[in-house]
Amino acid sequence: MSDPMRIRAQVQGSGAVVRVLMSHEMETGLRKDAAGKTIPAWHITEIVAALNGQTVMTAQWGTAIAKNPFTQFTLKSAKAGDKISISWVDNRGDKRTDEAVVA
Amino acid sequence: MKKTRTTSLAIAALLAGCATAPMTAPELDQLTQGIMKASFREQGIAKLDRLAQDELQQACSAEKPPSDAVAKRLEAAQLASVRWPADDVYLGDWREGEKLAQNGRGMTWSDPAGVPSGGNCYNCHQIAKTEISFGTIGPSLYQYGRLRGVSDPAAPASREMLRYTWGKLWNAKATNACSNMPRFGHAGVLSAGQIRDLMALLLDPKSPVNAP
Amino acid sequence: MRRHAPAVALVAAAFAWPGAQAQTGTADGIAQYRALLADGNPAELWEAKGELLWKQKRGPKNVSLEGCDLGQGAGVVKGAFVELPRYFADTKRVQDLESRLLNCMEAQQGFNAAEIAATPFGRGEQLNLEALVAYVSAASRGMKFRLPQARSEERQMFEAGKRIFYFRAGPYDFSCASCHGEAGKRIRLQELPDLTRNPGDGVGYAAWPAYRLSSGELWGMQRRLNDCYRQQRFPFPGYASDATIALATFMGVQSQGSVSIAPSIKR
Repeated sequence: MSDPMRIRAQVQGSGAVVRVLMSHEMETGLRKDAAGKTIPAWHITEIVAALNGQTVMTAQWGTAIAKNPFTQFTLKSAKAGDKISISWVDNRGDKRTDEAVVA
Repeated sequence: MKKTRTTSLAIAALLAGCATAPMTAPELDQLTQGIMKASFREQGIAKLDRLAQDELQQACSAEKPPSDAVAKRLEAAQLASVRWPADDVYLGDWREGEKLAQNGRGMTWSDPAGVPSGGNCYNCHQIAKTEISFGTIGPSLYQYGRLRGVSDPAAPASREMLRYTWGKLWNAKATNACSNMPRFGHAGVLSAGQIRDLMALLLDPKSPVNAP
Repeated sequence: MRRHAPAVALVAAAFAWPGAQAQTGTADGIAQYRALLADGNPAELWEAKGELLWKQKRGPKNVSLEGCDLGQGAGVVKGAFVELPRYFADTKRVQDLESRLLNCMEAQQGFNAAEIAATPFGRGEQLNLEALVAYVSAASRGMKFRLPQARSEERQMFEAGKRIFYFRAGPYDFSCASCHGEAGKRIRLQELPDLTRNPGDGVGYAAWPAYRLSSGELWGMQRRLNDCYRQQRFPFPGYASDATIALATFMGVQSQGSVSIAPSIKR
């Protein structure tokens, strides 16, 4: 079971800035351990952001995204009290969703 | 672990016992020695004998450097212990020297026994121009041989500089008592062969260090 | 169906490398890169976990750490970090954050402190200690160091720490001062704080615990000191041993009045 994401969503003008910090190892599958064995790839493949239940952003992620990734995006229209949810799926099929309220 | 705890309590008692009068410098030195002894353990190839200071390390462990007289005496003793290269061959292969200069492994508790160490040189020095990731704890060595007029290492005129440089690499304290630079040959960190390669990196006219 | 059409602007930490011409250019570039990364410091993940651990009933005695006294009274977390190490009457010792947490984990929660101290970094309960130091130090973020030096024990630890700082030994003849004894120096491209004096806000003692990008790990001061000694070619300093507490006291007092930014982000 993965650790919770940290989501901060703040009103900015007529929209909002959303910042998300995710906890994930993001192994590229290119590293080798001390014994010389390749550490298998384990990374987020897709993230989906939704505002009040409606998808507002999706992204396909791969091996170029670093461990414990941070992402930030702006929403053109959002208001205080709106619900933001962020979901990720990784190449092992694990998934996680966390929610926050726009402040 | 229990032993450390008992020693900790003993130190605490020593501290508390002197709670009324401030400790003198020798008492503080003694307190410190006790703390060092109780706090470290051996790990891998790093044994506890590494904490035993030689005279030079002791003299250079104060906040202020030792007096000129003491420094000179220490330097002379270090110089006397330098092992000069066999067969008078000072220079090796600068390509190997560059690899050694890049290599920071060896002698730590996470290093295996019996594996040759690197020279760690780029940690503290600029050396070849192409390497931009260099430290500044030591002076730049870029153009080392060229700046010192060593155009032919085999010439008699170059001998003094060859000896000076070998001395630095073998035992930097021979020319600067409390130098930050390790005594690579003296402490057995690098072999004579490895030092020859570093000498070539610095003094071979064909080394990138000396490229015009 | 009306689709939401947000203006999505993904902020990437991409930036152009300055030319390799000037050395200051390279070092400045790296500083810029780190500044960008400071927003969204993964240390926050540890802070959040640490808060949970502080409040959670754990250990054989099934008790939370909310009764733990870090120097400001039982359960008081805010402001504790910037007054450590300090003397504690119950243990009659000068203690840093990590040794104090070990005390509380043993005395109140029933854990075996010696076992935790012997656990390698990054495993078992050491992972929980990472979270706890992140949480406790975060509660003092922005505050100035004000280590007490009223008691002779505290002053003696400062003096011992100073001597240990300058103690040269091992095959490399290194002391802490070998790397941290002068201003404006660096190892490779990593700048080194001058710890012979107050290095200023958010530098040196004021920057640890920290999230280390290169390994994706959170390092407390104990781990930082441990790795210093490894690089110095010394033998192994015991976790939360008096030598490490003495050094922390020395560095902390040297940083008096400087602002803590812990937990920060590092290379």
